[in-house]
Amino acid sequence: MDGEELTEQETALYDRQIRVWGADAQRRLSKSHILVCGVKGTVAEFCKNIVLAGVGSLTLVDDRVVTDEALFSSNFLIPPDENVYRGKMLAELCCDSLKDFNPMVRVSVEKGDVSGFDGEFFNKYDVVVVSCCSLVTKKSVNEKCRKLSKHIAFYTVDCRDSSGEIFVDLQDHIYSKKKLEETVECKLQYPSFEEAISVPWRALPRRVSKLYFAMRVIEKFEAEGRHPGDVSIADLPDVLRLKKELCEANSLNESHIPDALLERLVTGTREFPPVCAVIGGILGQEVIKAISGKGDPLKNFFFFDAVDGKGIIEDISISNPKSGS
Amino acid sequence: MASQNQLASIKGAKVLMVGAGGIGCELLKTLALSGFQDIHIIDMDTIEVSNLNRQFLFRKSHVGQSKAKVARDAVLRFRPHISITPYHANVKDPDFNVDFFKQFNVILNGLDNLDARRHVNRLCLAAEVPLVESGTTGFLGQVTVHVKGRTECYECQPKPAPKTYPVCTITSTPSKFVHCIVWAKDLLFTKLFGDKNQENDLNVRSTDATSSSEHVEDVFERRKDEDIEQYGRRIYDHVFGYNIEEALSNEETWKNRNRPKPIYSRDFLHDEIAQQNGNVDNAASDPSSVSAMASLGMKNPQDIWCLKENSRIFMEAFKLFFMKREKEIGNLTFDKDDQLAVEFVTAAANIRASSFGIPLHSLFEAKGIAGNIVHAVATTNAIIAGLIVIEAIKVLQNDTNKYRMTYCLEHPTRKMLLMPVEPFEANKSCYVCSESPLTLEINTHRAKLRDFVEKIVKAKLGMYFPLIMHGAALLYEVGDDLDEAMVANYAANLEKVLSELPSPVTSGTTVTVEDLKQELTCNINIKHREEFDEEKEPDGMLLSGWTQASSVEKDDNKSNGNGGSTSNASQAVPVEAEDNVEMDVPSGKKRRLSEISSQGLLSFTEETKNHGKLEVVDDDDDLVMLDGDPGLNKRKRMQ
Ligand SMILES: [Zn+2]
Repeated sequence: MDGEELTEQETALYDRQIRVWGADAQRRLSKSHILVCGVKGTVAEFCKNIVLAGVGSLTLVDDRVVTDEALFSSNFLIPPDENVYRGKMLAELCCDSLKDFNPMVRVSVEKGDVSGFDGEFFNKYDVVVVSCCSLVTKKSVNEKCRKLSKHIAFYTVDCRDSSGEIFVDLQDHIYSKKKLEETVECKLQYPSFEEAISVPWRALPRRVSKLYFAMRVIEKFEAEGRHPGDVSIADLPDVLRLKKELCEANSLNESHIPDALLERLVTGTREFPPVCAVIGGILGQEVIKAISGKGDPLKNFFFFDAVDGKGIIEDISISNPKSGS
Repeated sequence: MASQNQLASIKGAKVLMVGAGGIGCELLKTLALSGFQDIHIIDMDTIEVSNLNRQFLFRKSHVGQSKAKVARDAVLRFRPHISITPYHANVKDPDFNVDFFKQFNVILNGLDNLDARRHVNRLCLAAEVPLVESGTTGFLGQVTVHVKGRTECYECQPKPAPKTYPVCTITSTPSKFVHCIVWAKDLLFTKLFGDKNQENDLNVRSTDATSSSEHVEDVFERRKDEDIEQYGRRIYDHVFGYNIEEALSNEETWKNRNRPKPIYSRDFLHDEIAQQNGNVDNAASDPSSVSAMASLGMKNPQDIWCLKENSRIFMEAFKLFFMKREKEIGNLTFDKDDQLAVEFVTAAANIRASSFGIPLHSLFEAKGIAGNIVHAVATTNAIIAGLIVIEAIKVLQNDTNKYRMTYCLEHPTRKMLLMPVEPFEANKSCYVCSESPLTLEINTHRAKLRDFVEKIVKAKLGMYFPLIMHGAALLYEVGDDLDEAMVANYAANLEKVLSELPSPVTSGTTVTVEDLKQELTCNINIKHREEFDEEKEPDGMLLSGWTQASSVEKDDNKSNGNGGSTSNASQAVPVEAEDNVEMDVPSGKKRRLSEISSQGLLSFTEETKNHGKLEVVDDDDDLVMLDGDPGLNKRKRMQ
């Protein structure tokens, strides 16, 4: 077991967090490999959090070349110096900054488009996080991860304006938690992204967050020939038309997806930094829980909206009609 | 993204951040990204290695440097065109007075201790500047907004005082590991390496307590011609052997308790001498890196040592103090970052625990308990910092109806991990923001003015530059501009009992205490009382009207028949709240974080309107209400 022990250096650096999750969880973290695709403000926050926490490695994928301010307005990993960023890819720039946060974590870049990677590629990782990508890509990456015999924790994360969404798929997840001084083993079953979003709206539990519906409308709108995030106020009439269609198809009262909310989501294409911090923080926490197998992970959507200040968990699963069990 | 309106108010704002630690680093980053352009930041601390796992603006090469300054430089690298003004100073410094606070639009606290939070709260009230307050511990956190005249102030709800333990539990009848730690740290360590003149209850069990003080002193002094090994063994045998035998002779104490077992060094340390001396000589010469574990070849701080190992660490650490750090002896105070001190305290606490049949702990755990180290992770700090900025923007826009206090929970409550709650109205009996009078029960014939100043004015009211008046008579004040005669006069007053002061403070009179820096005045009605319960009222006085939650641990195995030791036993040993206490879990029953999820104190203003085809309730106007508090702390929602 000697090789398994944390080094003195690790114990000193991670002292405060080992007091939260224990040495065992810290060891698991240090052996985990994380992949993130699409590095905007929220993902930058997430990367900072898990690099500080001391994961084994972090791999970044984002080939977009930094051209204008829009790409780094909420990303503190990119130095706003044209001489530094010109011609460089987003992933490379972020990688350079992240390496600096914790020399014990290997941070690297993979080139290519996430939709082009095969199962073997994902097999190298324990956690896959995708962001700023299309509905089709989300589904296909999720499916590729699910086909592997190894349990990969899959997440999608997106922020628009002052609201954000996290989706979690841990497949069959076994973990332990403390209950009245005793450690008990628990098991959760997650649906895939495709399964979750296919749950008929009429079968959902009461009072599902409006953001869930609104995000599905935007996602669907963009899936019809747009790049992720490539919408503007000019699209609002079409988006509202799509909303009407979807509500009718699902027998959902249209008032559950307020027009004002959709308007906010199509106009606010930039992320709001405080919301990036909140969503990136929650996602970091969830990934740490998943890797360490300690504590209740959230199942399976999380929403935060700075307008009402609520951070809500929604369980959107087929096996879970109304009862909430 | 922020609206044009919001952007304008962000750009024009001048904000003060207090604290550049766990929350502070995250907050400074998020403020800069959000478009704030004029940020001032105060922090007196320097960077330590154990900060680096979450205070991401700092690197190993920065250890020892000012947090405020390094944080500024780090943020300017990704936002070079904003203005960040750092102050490497204590927020309680007189320079940061009411006028200083008045220049800001909002104050944002990322502090780690109660004293500074209370101080900032008072300055914000006096300067009439809104305050956004925050705290985190582990996965829990909270953000609150305090605006004079609109919401409660930070002190409207009394905060729990640092936990204290009755002295007899520590000296004679420990039942938990923490009792052994307090004994090892506050009594034994202090006795051997700290200020020799300090009152110390280490030998409280001695049979002849009144006449033995000289004899007691001798025991801990090194004798002439005694080598360190002999000296250490004699101390060991005295505190773990002889003292326990002495205690056992008091049959009364052990009637309903397990009898402790005396432990002597000869049982564990017979063959160590020659080998250890060799190791000591090889130890590093830099005093800060001296370690008993290193010289004994023990590496893992997570290991739980057996009694023999603890005994070896005890002796090794003892010797190393005398051989490598002799100059510091007499001036040492326990510091959680002092490796040798932590080793000594861990070993001593474990040996004592073993004697009393209490489970032993690793150095890592012992260090956490001895140093009051608060659990901290980066993610919670990042979330809380985001929430602070959201509230700060509302404050700048004067969006009063939208202010929220937000809890970050570990387990979801009503599906929520982040739970916003409406702020509460000011507590009308709050002496800080409502300046309502307090009542003090005190023995006016026995308590000295000094007791009043130390135990009430400083410890309870948190005033650092007090001025005490009785009618027109000035009894005491602190300041740089006092002449010698006044200083002498006040010094003399401190030693007088209340009823014999130049203007006698007796039952029914009112004393006015004022802190000029905080611009806070407080009237205290005095009520004479003859007797106080030594265990429940260890201060020998009782402040009410606004009370701090009592956190003196109940002596569940209350001892009696302590003979000469009872007078000492009345002073509870405080467990110091060090600077790393990052959050005060709110006291009032209503807001105990740990209870929110477990005891279902929440109820919602449920609007179960059914919107036709699907039962999805539009919860736009939903607010979480906390109620069900039957106590006196009933608070009203702010409207
Ligand atoms: Zn108040």
